[in-house]
Parts: sequence; C-alpha cells; structure tokens
Amino acid sequence: MVSEIIVQLKGVSKYYDDTPALTDVDLYIRKNEFVTLLGPSGCGKTTMLRLIGGFEKPDTGTITFNGQDIGNVPSHKRKVNTVFQRYALFSHLNVFENIAFGLRIKKMKESVIREKVSRMLELVNLQGYEKRDVNSLSGGQQQRVAIARALVNEPDVLLLDEPLAALDLKLRKEMQHELKNMQRQLGITFLFVTHDQEEALSMSDTVVVMKDGEIQQIGTPEMIYNEPVNAFVADFIGESNIVDGIMRQDYLVEFAGNLFECADSGFARDELVDVVIRPEDLALMPPDQAKLKGVVRSVNFLGVHYEMIVEGADGTEWLVHSTLMEPVGTMVGLGLEPMDIHIMKKVRA
Amino acid sequence: MKRLSLTPYVIWMVLFTVVPMLLVLYYAFTVPTEGGTTWSLENFTRFFQPIYLRVFIRSLNLAVISTLICLLLGYPAAMIMAGNAFKRKHVIMLLFVVPMWMNFLLRTYAWLTILERNGFLNSLLTFFSLPRVNILYTNGAVVLGMVYNFLPFMVLPIYSVLSKIDKGVVEAAGDLGANPFQVFIKVILPLSLPGVVSGITMVFMPAMTTFVISRLLGGGQFTLIGNLIEQQFLVVGDWGFGSAISVVMIVVILLSMAVMSFFEGEEKDVALW
Repeated sequence: MVSEIIVQLKGVSKYYDDTPALTDVDLYIRKNEFVTLLGPSGCGKTTMLRLIGGFEKPDTGTITFNGQDIGNVPSHKRKVNTVFQRYALFSHLNVFENIAFGLRIKKMKESVIREKVSRMLELVNLQGYEKRDVNSLSGGQQQRVAIARALVNEPDVLLLDEPLAALDLKLRKEMQHELKNMQRQLGITFLFVTHDQEEALSMSDTVVVMKDGEIQQIGTPEMIYNEPVNAFVADFIGESNIVDGIMRQDYLVEFAGNLFECADSGFARDELVDVVIRPEDLALMPPDQAKLKGVVRSVNFLGVHYEMIVEGADGTEWLVHSTLMEPVGTMVGLGLEPMDIHIMKKVRA
Repeated sequence: MKRLSLTPYVIWMVLFTVVPMLLVLYYAFTVPTEGGTTWSLENFTRFFQPIYLRVFIRSLNLAVISTLICLLLGYPAAMIMAGNAFKRKHVIMLLFVVPMWMNFLLRTYAWLTILERNGFLNSLLTFFSLPRVNILYTNGAVVLGMVYNFLPFMVLPIYSVLSKIDKGVVEAAGDLGANPFQVFIKVILPLSLPGVVSGITMVFMPAMTTFVISRLLGGGQFTLIGNLIEQQFLVVGDWGFGSAISVVMIVVILLSMAVMSFFEGEEKDVALW
C-alpha cells in the first residue's frame, strides 16, 4: 500500500555565504515512512533536516507539508518535532518538565499533561525518572528524554539529527531497535539523519544517499546496497572494489586485463566505466581456474570472516572477504559471477 | 609543596583582609574611656537613630534604583551583544569596556562638567531653544553617576551567561511550539539567572557604599552611608562609630548575597568570568 506524500521538496537550494549546502534537491516523503538521509559530513543532510524543521529558509525552491507551502512558516508553527544531535535539553528543568514543555506551551490541562508524559516515559523506558535533573542522566537517558520530549507532541513528522552519534556501539544498537519499534507502534513519519551506513540500512524503509549537497540515490536499503547507481554510493554503502573498465559490448566488460561477462547493457561501445565488485563476491579458488589472479598481501581476521588484500598482476589491489583464508604470499585466483559485476557510468570528475 | 605555594596568598589575606577586618570589629565594639578602651555596643545604638537610619534608607533606595536601571538597560544590551543581529559585536563590547580603562574619578568629574549650570548639557539645550535643567546636585545626578559607572558590571556577567547558552536549546524550544516571547520567558531568562544575580550583586554592592559619586554629583547635600563612614574616619575622627557603620554594611551585604544565592539556586557551578 502506498500512502500519501506528507513532505515534499522541489528544487530546493540553500547557500551559506555563497557556498552551496544543498543544490536543487527534489525529495518526497510518504506518511509513516522511515526515511534516512545518509552521507558523509558536509553533504547537506543536516541542512535538509533544518529546512524541514524550519530553522533555516530555503534560498530557492519550495517545501510543502501536507500540500501546503511552509517555506516561510517559523518552526514553532510547524507540526514537526526534532530530536537534536546534542539533545539540547533544558538544563533548568527536570525530566518531567522537559517532556511537558511542548504541552505546557499548548496550555493543556495538568491532568492531560501528567498522563501524556507518563505514557512517554513508559515508551522510552524511563519510568520513575520524573524528578531527576537532566544533567545527572547518562547520554543514553538524555537521548531518551529528547525523543520523548519530541514525540509527546504527536508530530506528523519526527526529525532526528544523528541522534545516536554520541552513544557507544551497544547502546546505539539497542536504540536503533527501539526507535524502529516506536516508529512502527506510533505510525509517525521519521526522517533520520546519519552518516552510519549500517544504521541507515538496518532501520529505514527508504534511504536517501547524499553527497556535496546533491541526492545521489533514493531507494530501499536492498536497492541501495545491491544496485548502487554510481561508484560513490557503492563505496559509501559497504566496502567495494572499484576499478576502471571498458564496456566492449552489451554484457561484456574488460578490466584488469581480461574480458568478463556481466549482467549490464545499454552502454556505448568501448565506453569507459566504473566496475564495482563487493569484497564478499570475490571467491578464493586455485589460480589456474580463475581469470583474476593475485598474491595475498595481507590477512586480517574480523570475526565472522577474513579480510584479505590480494594484489593482481597489474597492481590492482582487491579487497576480499571470505570465511576461508590463504596465508600472505600465496598466489590465489579470484572467482566471480557475472551477476556480481556492477557496471556504473563514470561520474564526471 | 601545595601548602608552601599557598603561603604568599595566606600572608596577603592575613595582612590585608583578616587583620583590617579584626581592627574594624575591634573599633566597632569598643569606646574610648579615660586611660584606655572598654567593650561597648554604644556605637551601634548610636547608628540606630532616625538621623542615621534616614541616611541608610536613602542609600538603600538610591542603590536599589540604580541597580534596577542597570538591569533594565544592561539585560537588553547583553542580549544584543550575545545575539547575531550585529556583525561587529566586539565594537559594542568595547564601547562598554573602554570607559572602564579611564580613572573612575575622571569619569565622574566629566559628568560634573556636562551637568553644570553652564555645562555641556545646558549649552546644548539652549542651542535648541529648550529650557535649561538643573540636574546636578540632585538624587537624579547621583543615580545617573552610579548607573554610568556600574553598568558594565551588570552587562558583562549577563553577556557571559547568555553567550554560553546553547543555540540548540533555543531552537528546541521553538521546535516544541514556543513563540519567540515564550522562548525568552521559559528558556533564556531562567538560564541567564546566574548572570543576572551576579550582575545585581556587582552593581548593588558598590552602589550601596559609594561616597565619591554622591559627593561629586550630589554636592554633599545628599549624604549617603559611604559618605557617613568616610566622614567619621577622615573628618570627625570617630573611628569607633565609622567601624560600627561598616560592620552594619557588611552584615547587610552578606544578607543580600545570601538572598541572591538562594535565587541563584543550583547553578552555582557556572563560571561567570
């Protein structure tokens, strides 16, 4: 079931002192979707969030919310709430009053406020913390207060600006699950900003990959991972081997001094392309059975698998993930299926 | 080692704070008699006469008015300096600080020449065919002098606290539906209270005890508590009575600081300077 569009950006650009932070961005977000903006720092993802939150105004383009233009609506009049990166809790108020802040602004009845706040404390697992000073809480607890403070207002869209960046790995994993559960439970649209590709893939319905103020690809986590549109996305989403290749004809590509069958077509004859191969798609095999050969230069044990760097005859270094291991200095062959060779148009540099 | 490094400060404190304090207490609680001194509360009972209490009330009154005016002028000024409206904030800051580089007496004398019967202000008023004013030697002139001299002590601590408030907190309040006025009342003002308290303390104390401003701009007609103490020591030579008034002042100031720190609440650890 495809639900209706709640937030839409059309041709939106934003400049900070002539430096573009976002250039001509188009994006729509559907109701109840968990959308993640993913990209390296400085890619414009936080700027996009701040535009939707109303903390910045777009220089060009329109932002609509439920079909209405909100480009000039100040943040306090938007039905959007934000969880800030550094939490931004009110240090002069206790946990209860922090969460109740938005409700008090709306002048709700004391009994209603009590009920709503206690329901929120339950949701974020902080029952009994009402009277606590927010400065005395741990990072994870402060984070939960920040989430509760935003969610208690029942926003149509919740914006989350790298909310888990300051937490340690274990807590981060826990919070990822909890956030995803909350989103399903409450049926609120989440717009989540992160630079952590794993986080993006595991939580989202839709991932928006950004770079230098432009959207590179929009799609489901599976689409983004399996069918990256260019070498940047491939490299940013998981590790990849990216080498230069030449498309000799449909379904036939030349790289590393050999011709390989592949699953891609539609390129010009002899077009220069990027060839992307995931390290887990390269299989170790005896050298005489493979077109790709090389010498193992390093071996790293990473728990589930080994990470090896294999140097080919032409000097190309191949990153290989495998549960098998060959010692350093061994000549090995690297096997790969046509399906696993991803051909991408060269991004004009 | 740590103890050794403290020695110079301990000597300093003993010589210039503890000993003088003890001397003041000694003089306050004794009266000279033939051939020596005797313990007595006479100096204090003398102070609680209407004539001296009136001086005390007048001082308190002018100090409170000056402090309030400083707060009303200083808070917005600090907000402007801490905000983003002006690109050259350091210029405004400098304008507040530069007068402090000048001698306090000189600054106050300057007002004397401005406010004089034939001074700058009245020349200006005459030039625009407006009636002359006689501000000099009134309570107004004293308050003006106090506000002028002590305003930076209000602005700087408030500015210091305001500029440390996380912009994210202000944005968060807006995000939660607060309009700019509500953001100020519910977030910025409570968070800046430590600076306000510090500013009030730093203006109120010198305003309560000044004797230079009241003598120059008040023309000695309006004796304040500071003048009273000065007179006892330098003119009358009654060190006992002068010390007693000083002790009363110390108690009043300590009490007011206690009240202030109560309002300051739990934010004691905020460094103001």
